[in-house]
Amino acid sequence: MRVVLGEDLTLLRDGLIRLLTAYDMEVVAAVDSGPELLRALVDHRPDVAVVDVRLPPTFTDEGLRAAIQARTQLPGLPVLVLSQHVEQLYARELLSAGTGGLGYLLKDRVSDVLRFIEAVRTVAGGGTAMDPEVVAQLLARRDRDDQLGRLTAREREVLGLMAEGNSNAGIASRLVVTEKAVSKHIGSIFTKLDLYPAEDANRRVLAVLTYLNA
Amino acid sequence: MTDVGEIIERRARQTLRTCVRGIVLAVTAVAGLPLLVASLASVLLLPAGLGVVLAPKSLLVVRRHADLQRRWALDWSGVTIARPYRSLSTKPTNRLFRAFRRCRWVLGDPATWRDLLWVPANVPVSVVLGLLPAFLLVAGTFALVNDCGTILAGWKNVVPHNFLLQVLFLSMLPACVTAGPWLLKLHAAAASSLLAPTRKEMTARVGQLTESRWEAVDASAAELRRIERDLHDGAQARLVALGMNIGFAEQVVRDNPDLALTLLAEARASSGQALSELRTLVRGIHPPVLAERGLDGAVRALALSLPLSIDLHIELPGRPAAPVESAAYFAIAEALANVVKHSGASRAWVQLEHDHGRLVAIIGDNGVGGAHPRAGGGLQGIERRLNAFDGMVAVTSPAGGPTQVTMELPCELSLART
Repeated sequence: MRVVLGEDLTLLRDGLIRLLTAYDMEVVAAVDSGPELLRALVDHRPDVAVVDVRLPPTFTDEGLRAAIQARTQLPGLPVLVLSQHVEQLYARELLSAGTGGLGYLLKDRVSDVLRFIEAVRTVAGGGTAMDPEVVAQLLARRDRDDQLGRLTAREREVLGLMAEGNSNAGIASRLVVTEKAVSKHIGSIFTKLDLYPAEDANRRVLAVLTYLNA
Repeated sequence: MTDVGEIIERRARQTLRTCVRGIVLAVTAVAGLPLLVASLASVLLLPAGLGVVLAPKSLLVVRRHADLQRRWALDWSGVTIARPYRSLSTKPTNRLFRAFRRCRWVLGDPATWRDLLWVPANVPVSVVLGLLPAFLLVAGTFALVNDCGTILAGWKNVVPHNFLLQVLFLSMLPACVTAGPWLLKLHAAAASSLLAPTRKEMTARVGQLTESRWEAVDASAAELRRIERDLHDGAQARLVALGMNIGFAEQVVRDNPDLALTLLAEARASSGQALSELRTLVRGIHPPVLAERGLDGAVRALALSLPLSIDLHIELPGRPAAPVESAAYFAIAEALANVVKHSGASRAWVQLEHDHGRLVAIIGDNGVGGAHPRAGGGLQGIERRLNAFDGMVAVTSPAGGPTQVTMELPCELSLART
């Protein structure tokens, strides 16, 4: 799997290269500024990009902008955005530049190596990996009179875990239920969100998007 | 040659402008007289009760009249006349008492009476100083045209003993060109004598500024102490534990790999907690999204992160200075936190715009109302934050709602970053 890395802190950049290489990924370019990142993404067209939100030269949201711009130029380019803080505002902006193959995680998540690598693979495979903190904020909202209001508490929990990028098996072990129970919940979520046609992986993404855009 | 032409054209335009401004001053001064009558009548109505409502209204119109003079003095003559008025206290009370307080605020301010005195005094001053440039222009032009006529007619009807008078008339035109702006400046100076703050008021203002500055310094010192304590007890302590665990794991990894694994897992959990604490702390000092997106984006992000839907109307064509931006953000965040904690509202709204050199934020909700600025409470915190920047906050929160918090901060916007 070919990866382009956008991170300006040397310590973190080297650590990430080591980590990704150890799990059979090839870092084809590691850059440290927004304009370079955009160039690298367009030139290399990697299987997945891992990008820090804050990059030189402005040290604001250069990385986020570069990622969004790259995704409008190369629709569907898988991007995993990392940040010291997560904002729903940024999650929405990322989603507005096209769906699927999208991740947005706190940098802290890197320390849970296995789940981080899983998230990178999920995003590369066209899935969605949202940080639990973004998901938790969404779950805390009081005023749900939309489609999601039809879901039961358990179904919303399952949907939240889906948004974080968990597989059925992952969700089952997190909720301590059988995998069969999980797929039953997911089927019910699809029905309630009017997602009948399309293949399963695609429906998962759509369900997550309905959830995140609410 | 063109240079001379240009200079003459510019001077002519300037002179015409001065004359028009002078006429505007005179007309405005005369137009102020009905205001004076209305104000005095409303003050006389005070014992009848009706004046309590009417007097502040009419006197505030007089105040607007005075503000207009202040603005013209600055724009036309470069004379700065500060506004001398006291600020209205914003403690919430019931409607009747508010009307009385407003009345006392306007009538109790000596600047109100000086404004009123200026209205009749302004009439002779403006009529003389304001109409003089126009008079000089018309009379001078008339004399010039007349003399040209005489010359063309072949010097007939020349009356030599009127020579001095002729020189006087002819000198009116250059006098108008050179002295016109000075006449307006003289008017501005006269206005300043009554419309500017007195020495006593300036002293009071300096006292007020000193107080708010000390409050701000105090608050920031307390803030620094809190940050120091949070770092000391939180992230620093966790990093120490982290180093200890990793060091210990290093020692035992060969003999007791199981223990080493446990220690490393603990270390990882500890690093996660330290990061989360640091993140909370950073948000409290200067939220990253504020640095990245400015006030506009930060308030949008804040609204999205709260557990109720918030309608936003944000119109900021640029960014305020960083300290103002930060104060405004935290004040809005505090107000919204109050909405979430106390109001029980299902909906809230934030209106944020920049108008006449002031940043205005209105935060409202459809909750239970009855909000009071308690000592050490959120509303008082907002007041202290904004005071440091000469800002103000007003709260209306009748029992049963809705609650509305209005904040104002004087500031300029820099051009938006693109």
